[in-house]
Amino acid sequence: MADTAVQQLPVARSSSRVGAFVRRYRLAPYLLLVPALAGIALVYLWPLAQMVLYSFQNFGLPQLTGAAPVQWVGLANFSTTFADPEFWLSLRITVFFAAVAVPLTLVSGTVVGLLLNRLGRRMSVFVSAAVLLAWATPPVSASVLFYWLFNPDGGLVDWTLSKMPNWLVGSTDWAGFNWTTTGALQAYTVLTVLVVWQSFPFIAVTTLAALKTVPAELYEAARIDGANAWRLFWRITYPLLKPIFLVLLLLSVIWDFNVFTQTYLLTGGLANRNEFNLSLYLYDKAFTFPPSYGLGGALALIFTLILLIITVGYVRASVRQGALS
Amino acid sequence: MSLLQVSPRTAKKTKNISLNALAVLIAVITLFPIFWMVSTAFKPSQEIYSLTPHLVPDHPTLGNFAEVISGRVSGIGPVWLFFRNSLAVTLATVLVASVLSLLAAVGVARFRFRFRTSFLIMLLIVQMIPGQALIIGLFRDFDRLNLLQNLGGLVIVYAAQALPVSIWMLRNFVATVPRHLEEAAAIDGAPPRTIFWRILFPLVAPGLVATSIFAFITAYNEFIVALTFLGQAHATYTLPIYVTYFFGRGGAQWGPIMAASVMYTIPVMIFFLIVRRRLVGGLVAGAVKG
Repeated sequence: MADTAVQQLPVARSSSRVGAFVRRYRLAPYLLLVPALAGIALVYLWPLAQMVLYSFQNFGLPQLTGAAPVQWVGLANFSTTFADPEFWLSLRITVFFAAVAVPLTLVSGTVVGLLLNRLGRRMSVFVSAAVLLAWATPPVSASVLFYWLFNPDGGLVDWTLSKMPNWLVGSTDWAGFNWTTTGALQAYTVLTVLVVWQSFPFIAVTTLAALKTVPAELYEAARIDGANAWRLFWRITYPLLKPIFLVLLLLSVIWDFNVFTQTYLLTGGLANRNEFNLSLYLYDKAFTFPPSYGLGGALALIFTLILLIITVGYVRASVRQGALS
Repeated sequence: MSLLQVSPRTAKKTKNISLNALAVLIAVITLFPIFWMVSTAFKPSQEIYSLTPHLVPDHPTLGNFAEVISGRVSGIGPVWLFFRNSLAVTLATVLVASVLSLLAAVGVARFRFRFRTSFLIMLLIVQMIPGQALIIGLFRDFDRLNLLQNLGGLVIVYAAQALPVSIWMLRNFVATVPRHLEEAAAIDGAPPRTIFWRILFPLVAPGLVATSIFAFITAYNEFIVALTFLGQAHATYTLPIYVTYFFGRGGAQWGPIMAASVMYTIPVMIFFLIVRRRLVGGLVAGAVKG
């Protein structure tokens, strides 16, 4: 193997015994990996293990203060969770939100990516700089900003809607309309706009980068054969970019399942229980007084398993692209 | 028939104009929220709460920024304090994550060993575990380590959280450095240290820039860990938690809140514009082609 050959070359004559020991047992790669592995173990693997343990324990306030011992409770946390209507509501909200936001993000991002590819140089730089700024906006700033845009007292959106004719925007009294506390549908409408605004740039820029790799002759040939733009996309662009679209789809699903910062800020901290998605529900169970790490752990496990199923798809898509070689 | 037929050239021109018009429309819609944030930050409060919104401030003022800088409205200190915290955490994160991920990337790209593939798959999987699921265990651990209301605790978490993606990205850069360069140097008797600094490092530097950008954004934007860890320790707040605190206090101080958001956002926007090319390049290397 070419790889081991490197190590067998007369590299550095280190006289130290440690060096000889490392070389003899081929420890170099493990030594290089140890610091990173320690970090990953500390913030990913060990918390993950704890989460699984908690999910089978009655770990709550009395156990935290030491007033009562920690006990194994089997699947009690899971049955409590599955019996809680709030859990099902938050799951529904999470799935519906992803089902709306993911396609919107992907379609708008792809369209902008295709457009960027067709524009002249200057225009392309201008538009990509514009979408880059939306992408650069930190989630906290973006959330606070959209809260203000959709604010009932002085927000721009309500004012604009109230000035529009009824046949266009319905007969709702938009002046002073409260988007964030009226209900989940209204709050998640704002969230969808916000999340699409923040994430379509990534899709657009990635699509553009991928489009640059498609040989122009392919399009030329098809155009001579009389294919229109729609056919060009579905016959040439889509098949070639399909692996990338698949990765983008899976990443978007994972991100939109995970939205925490934006939901936390737009739905008023943890104040509106009927607007919880899974993330907020989990966080609330674990940290709102009285904290229950048992229920939080069970939920985290359920949440992780859902994402793991999606992740398996992601890993398989990456492997198919030869990422592990 | 022939009257209605447009020449191909005119058709192309019309198409170009409509494409450009669409492009301008998209840019304007995308930029509008940012414009509104900046515009609000410069408005006196009469204009912010007037019945008809003012697109641009009639009487632009720096009053909102003065409030934020003096720390009067937020009540927890001047904005510089939180800038300092965020900057310290972000830079330390970039440094630690770069060193650790470079070591691991060299290990993965240059050696074949047992568990190599398992390690790579583990990297892919752990980065998908939702942060909200891990926060419970993290909170307990860092509580016991006495690192909760502490910027060093945040650095440890952020740097380690950046590792899977950073190693994954750097691995590709290390792999593209031709091995015969290192072999030639080794035959000439160069010690590993020299080979690393003189050959590998300069060639991997663009990759390090890409991973640094990633670590920078992760640390500068991070919310849930900082929110959970820092609690009521106002002096340790990073910028996003400061803005959140300000926002959550209510009282609808939209002028100062938008001024604080602008100050938090503008540096990262400038950063994005500077690293624009690398951002896209890093994406192609990291996300698109694994």
